[in-house]
Amino acid sequence: MTAGTQLGRDRRIGEAEAWSLSDSVALRPEPFGALLYDFHTRQLSFLKTPTLVAVVRGLAGAGSVGDALDAAAVVPAERPAYLSALATLARTGIIKERAA
Amino acid sequence: MTLAPERPDALADPAALEPVLPVRPVPARNRLVDQFELGLDAPICLTWELTYACNLSCVHCLSSSGRRDPDELSTEECKALIDTFERMQIFYVNIGGGEPTVRSDFWELLDYAVEHHVGVKFSTNGFRITPERAAKLAATDYVDVQISMDGATAEVNDAVRGAGTYDAALRAMANMQAAGMTDFKLSVVCTRHNIGQLDEFKAIADTYGAQLRLTRLRPSGRGADVWDELHPLPEQQRELYDWLVANGDRVLTGDSFFHLAAYGDALPGLNLCGAGRVVCLVDPVGDVYACPFAIHDRFKAGNVRRGHADARGTQVDGFQGVWQHSELFADLRNPQTGGACTQCSAYDACRGGCMAAKFFTGLPLDGPDPECVKGNSTEALAAVDRSVLPGQSQDHSHTGTVRNAPTGVVPLTLMRRKPASACDESPVAGM
Repeated sequence: MTAGTQLGRDRRIGEAEAWSLSDSVALRPEPFGALLYDFHTRQLSFLKTPTLVAVVRGLAGAGSVGDALDAAAVVPAERPAYLSALATLARTGIIKERAA
Repeated sequence: MTLAPERPDALADPAALEPVLPVRPVPARNRLVDQFELGLDAPICLTWELTYACNLSCVHCLSSSGRRDPDELSTEECKALIDTFERMQIFYVNIGGGEPTVRSDFWELLDYAVEHHVGVKFSTNGFRITPERAAKLAATDYVDVQISMDGATAEVNDAVRGAGTYDAALRAMANMQAAGMTDFKLSVVCTRHNIGQLDEFKAIADTYGAQLRLTRLRPSGRGADVWDELHPLPEQQRELYDWLVANGDRVLTGDSFFHLAAYGDALPGLNLCGAGRVVCLVDPVGDVYACPFAIHDRFKAGNVRRGHADARGTQVDGFQGVWQHSELFADLRNPQTGGACTQCSAYDACRGGCMAAKFFTGLPLDGPDPECVKGNSTEALAAVDRSVLPGQSQDHSHTGTVRNAPTGVVPLTLMRRKPASACDESPVAGM
């Protein structure tokens, strides 16, 4: 019973790809960011900045990862850090790739 | 002539439009632990004791359970509470008691919670986990089961939990394994008599495909009566710590042992007292306490039946009102700045230890834990006037004999319990 596809450590996420929260994951906003709970794996995760929360919440409605970063006003210099954070979420199955 | 009540003009006072926000200080460091210290919009770890009724009478029961409280929440009230949990996105609750399966609507409430996206982990002594029930549990997503066992042998276990309870726990685990359930929990309260059995507990858990969960004995409820005889000795604390460091990644602890972090390496988990910040307890009559180990008026934040007024005096109903607006919780969400512990080199690791353990042993809340591994509470403990310990503010203990009575420690304090009231109900009826 695993949610999403388990990805290798070397998996990177490109700005042209399209992703969204996995169906089994719920997001609860909190003053520091957000809590993520995966009902299948019963794992709790945390997003530690409101901007990352905005990016993750925006994934499903955005045409691409790049659009979601734009919408959350993530500047170019900070994009690698955000893409790396998304890759971490992808590895644990919290977000999943979808058709662009 | 009757005048219709005049509707107040909302715009007459512009200040009325200003949102009321709790003032949240910016933590010195943006670690989760610093954030959690300031509290969350909803708890992460909510324990819900469904009933004080229990078929057993464990000597160290945290909630002094035994007899059902006649005022316990009705089925409809429980469902309304689950609705609140869903709305607040409390993703899962830990259900306990008493023995929760004693409630005739227990399985109905379990189904209701799951249907409303509130996962459940419930603690049980296992007596009612029949093969049929185990099969149903195995088929339900979002439900986790925790079987209590406080000795890896019947001799050690039954002394504190009651005659026949070791066999009942093993039977329940066998039933769940046979039903194909995996990763349920074998939950152990660590005592002086079972610290030497940690490897055996792990072996039992492995045999049944269960995960081992170790938690700390607290001097709460009837636990206060047996604390002196049961709490681990200083050298056993070290043994436990070393065992957790070696096995910690495969064993759950409910963040129970953060007071041991002062030995050196932090143990996996939060290493923070979450009381009123990320943790709370709802008791069978709807009272909300800061944590499961602090069922005492001193730590009662309110009641889900009454809710709580916000800073403006506007009523906020139910559990949400209590969690977000009680003065007690607001107070607990202020980071500790003073007290003897803040001067200690280990303070950042153990954060002063367990609030409930201090309270029930008569120690100041801003001082060291009674089991401080640096030995900093020894003097204070010796100076405590034991005749004025806080004791309990509720007691639902059985007053008569129980079929599965503990075989070992018989606390003399049973004699000072209140006489049976007229509304006693036997939770074992029909079992």
